[in-house]
Amino acid sequence: MPKVMLRRTEKGALSFYVAKKDLEAEVSSLEFEGPGKWGGAIELTDGSRFFVEPLDEEPKLPITVRATRIDE
Amino acid sequence: MAVMTRNETEALIQEVLEIYPEKAQKDRAKHLTTNDHEVEQSKKCITSNKKSLPGVMTIRGCAYAGSKGVVWGPIKDMIHISHGPVGCGQYSRAGRRNYYIGTTGVNTFVTMNFTSDFQEKDIVFGGDKKLAKLIDEVETLFPLNKGISVQSECPIGLIGDDIEAVSKKKSAEIGKTVVPVRCEGFRGVSQSLGHHIANDSIRDWVFKDGEGAKGTNYEPGPYDVSVIGDYNIGGDAWSSRILLEEMGLRVVAQWSGDGTLAELENTPRVKLNLLHCYRSMNYISRHMEEKYGIPWMEYNFFGPTKINESLRKIASFFDDKIKEGAERVIEKYKPEMDAIQEKYVPRLKGKRVMLFVGGLRPRHTIGAYEDLGMEVVGTGYEFGHNDDYDRTIKEMGNATLIYDDVTGYEFEEFAKRIKPDLIGSGIKEKYIFQKMGIPFRQMHSWDYSGPYHGYDGFAIFARDMDMTLNNPCWDQVTPPWNKPAEATTEAD
Ligand code: SF4
Repeated sequence: MPKVMLRRTEKGALSFYVAKKDLEAEVSSLEFEGPGKWGGAIELTDGSRFFVEPLDEEPKLPITVRATRIDE
Repeated sequence: MAVMTRNETEALIQEVLEIYPEKAQKDRAKHLTTNDHEVEQSKKCITSNKKSLPGVMTIRGCAYAGSKGVVWGPIKDMIHISHGPVGCGQYSRAGRRNYYIGTTGVNTFVTMNFTSDFQEKDIVFGGDKKLAKLIDEVETLFPLNKGISVQSECPIGLIGDDIEAVSKKKSAEIGKTVVPVRCEGFRGVSQSLGHHIANDSIRDWVFKDGEGAKGTNYEPGPYDVSVIGDYNIGGDAWSSRILLEEMGLRVVAQWSGDGTLAELENTPRVKLNLLHCYRSMNYISRHMEEKYGIPWMEYNFFGPTKINESLRKIASFFDDKIKEGAERVIEKYKPEMDAIQEKYVPRLKGKRVMLFVGGLRPRHTIGAYEDLGMEVVGTGYEFGHNDDYDRTIKEMGNATLIYDDVTGYEFEEFAKRIKPDLIGSGIKEKYIFQKMGIPFRQMHSWDYSGPYHGYDGFAIFARDMDMTLNNPCWDQVTPPWNKPAEATTEAD
């Protein structure tokens, strides 16, 4: 369960940063983005997928959360 | 030589790789690539931040170098103890040319070397007592220091000393910040992890969850910024700072060239963090963004094109007063920049450069060379990560060569084939290329020149490049290995 930091890049995209590994990747899709629920399954542009416990609403970014890897 | 096509560059990589044994070939192939603008993510074409292959000549440093040499070392009013054997600190002492103002040995200590000078008995019995004693001595001899950092060298981690405990105890005793840094050289694959560890130690031992800034009598203002990741090499941070101040901003902190502990402590209250060297200080910028809500942006102060772009981008975070300030500054320096380009472009136009440097220069200086009409045909990082290469792909021309953690052999072979007019790299590469008769500039320490940042820096940059490239001495050089055999015996 890596700790990841989610933040908005200059271009407005969501970035996924694993401090431990110094890995930065762009999020290509996020399961819940709407009001009421935010988070869930995250897919990165390189195809790897993670899961973060959904929050009630979009948090103030950047935020550090725990993410689990979804293995197919 | 004309511009290389994609196929030619790929063939060159193949050819150079041939000399390696099969396994090494496979490994090194992943670190070499031909630039392709189509690729969005660098990790598809280049692997980086991996352990160097045993047996090849690498140019990298160690984690201690990243922490003591780069991040902590330039903080001028603190004493940085190289904890462990004497060599690590002594052989790198004052080599980085981080300029600072102050009286060395009285209130500033950057170029001095403090070490616990480990001997066999310290390895056997542990060095914690020695460290405590050393801190007492430092306090007696240099009472004006504002704090102390303990930079671990390899043996400290190996024998399991508890520098954190000593630091805590001593900090309470002397009433100053004492920062233990676990930057033993063997951690990580290069100096890069040392930067990260150093950043984290600032977060944990200086900011202390926001406690750190309490008690300083600093009044935050609406135009406060900090300059992060500028090490003031040859005065770089100074020539950057004046531009920011001229456009109406207040530079509260310099990280870490000519910086102080108080500046670090004040940074969590600025409005914007300006990040020059992304590689070495993005960690603390990310932390400050999350914890204190301070946005950060990367900027580039090499060459007028990039400086203008950066000044406008910085201004966009502020109100009209600053935006007008930025335009005014750009306008003010324009005649000077035009004159420089008029003078040097005819002398340097079309010249081709190969770079191999550290944190930000392999991509940041490209614009400055282009402003002089030159072209960067090969570039690479000692210790870059994927995100660095992501940013580089866009800056470099299509089908140019990119090499990660290049080995001594590869670099030489590439240079022989690409025949650049100028190579920019470090001290370890300097003499081999100069002996080959290729003009060379040290791009880590600016070859004892500088500053190169800002408009003033560009004037010096242009002069230096011209001075090196158009020096008549290069044609006079015959490499020692090309001299006829008798000539060498005669010399014996
Ligand atoms: S690798 Fe270890 S011994 Fe070598 S310079 Fe770095 S800290 Fe010192």
